[in-house]
Amino acid sequence: MKNWYKILSVIFILYTLVWGLLNPVPRLDILNETIRNVYYHVPIWFAMLFMMTVSLIQSILALTKNNLDNDTKAFNAAIVGFFFSLPGLTTGSIWAKYTWGTWWTFQDPKLNGVAISILIYLAYFILRYSVDDELKRARISAVYNVFAFVMMNVFIMVLPRLTDSLHPGNGGNPAFSQYDMDNNMRMVFYPAVLGWIFFSCWLYNIKNRISFIKNKLND
Amino acid sequence: MILSLIKKEILLEFRQKSTIGGVLVYVIGTIFVSALCFKGRLDKPTWNALFWVITLYTSVTISGKSFLKETGGQALYNYLHYSPTQFIISKTIYNMVFMLALSFITFFFYAFFIKNEVENLGLFFVVLTLASTGLAAILSLMSAIASKANGNFAIMSILSFPVLMPLILVVIRISKQAVDGIEWAGVGFNFIGILVALNVLTIALSFLLFPYLWRD
Repeated sequence: MKNWYKILSVIFILYTLVWGLLNPVPRLDILNETIRNVYYHVPIWFAMLFMMTVSLIQSILALTKNNLDNDTKAFNAAIVGFFFSLPGLTTGSIWAKYTWGTWWTFQDPKLNGVAISILIYLAYFILRYSVDDELKRARISAVYNVFAFVMMNVFIMVLPRLTDSLHPGNGGNPAFSQYDMDNNMRMVFYPAVLGWIFFSCWLYNIKNRISFIKNKLND
Repeated sequence: MILSLIKKEILLEFRQKSTIGGVLVYVIGTIFVSALCFKGRLDKPTWNALFWVITLYTSVTISGKSFLKETGGQALYNYLHYSPTQFIISKTIYNMVFMLALSFITFFFYAFFIKNEVENLGLFFVVLTLASTGLAAILSLMSAIASKANGNFAIMSILSFPVLMPLILVVIRISKQAVDGIEWAGVGFNFIGILVALNVLTIALSFLLFPYLWRD
């Protein structure tokens, strides 16, 4: 049963897509029904952060073991994480249009953080494409990836806690308990988080297999 | 060893009078152009933002070249004679001192040509010091990476701007307080703490990561 996480991801995501729209949610001011976005928007960001963490770990392994496979994996994880940032942005933007009245605002530290993280990973991809030698590319991009990951976390974990965020559960601390979730919502939210993380692992697995087959064909 | 490396950097910089003079003319020229463009009509937030944008661009331009000399034969010589940690620490310290001097010079000319809006000068100088050391530390590592990636200038700015943003945003926030003349009791010391932490974090990461950039 090595494919258990793929099956679980399909079941969890289907379950959250259906039950996420049907289950009762608490009526909160401004949020109302849009609180359901927490089932889609937040887990997608978690999946992205998860993939970026995988990318960080693979980069550290690539540095310590001097192994090209780890470098390929780090790159693939960053690509998958980057891919997840797009639906994360879209769901957030649509939600913001109906609750804050705007697609994008510079007042919120989390939005700035996301924009900067996307720039950081674009820079990482450009850095990779600008070096031809494989071993050199592995080392240089791994160094940048580790450094950039730390700076990104300062941005999206530390700074929003110090300033007011417009996000629900605001006042600075983007913690779980402040999402005003009741048990009904937790029944959907936790499977959604797991489902999207498993789904990102699945994509990551496929990307890795494609890369390794391409490498074999080139050799 | 670190001291002799720093001494070498300073000697190299001052022996070539064109570089140190070029830096000064670059800074003064930028400030003068901004002064002419704005014609003194700046409110406080704009004054603050313009100052930090000028400092940001100056630091990327100046620190960006700190590793450009260290390629080819020079890199091989360094590799044989110095340890990587000593090398990056000396580079970082040298860049910090240089940026510190440069940012105070920038502030002097900025206040001279445009005007001095800062009401809490003590706080502003604390921010200026921490900001220039932080910028220098981050840019030293970025310059080392860029010099390995065929060292063109575009790569340097692409790599640095996103990772500099946390620092710049925190700096602008406290600097705004200094410009507005907030008393010391009301100052956001947690932000100053973050600035110090960013400095320490960057130096620690440079110390850990630079040895991997060392071999070619």
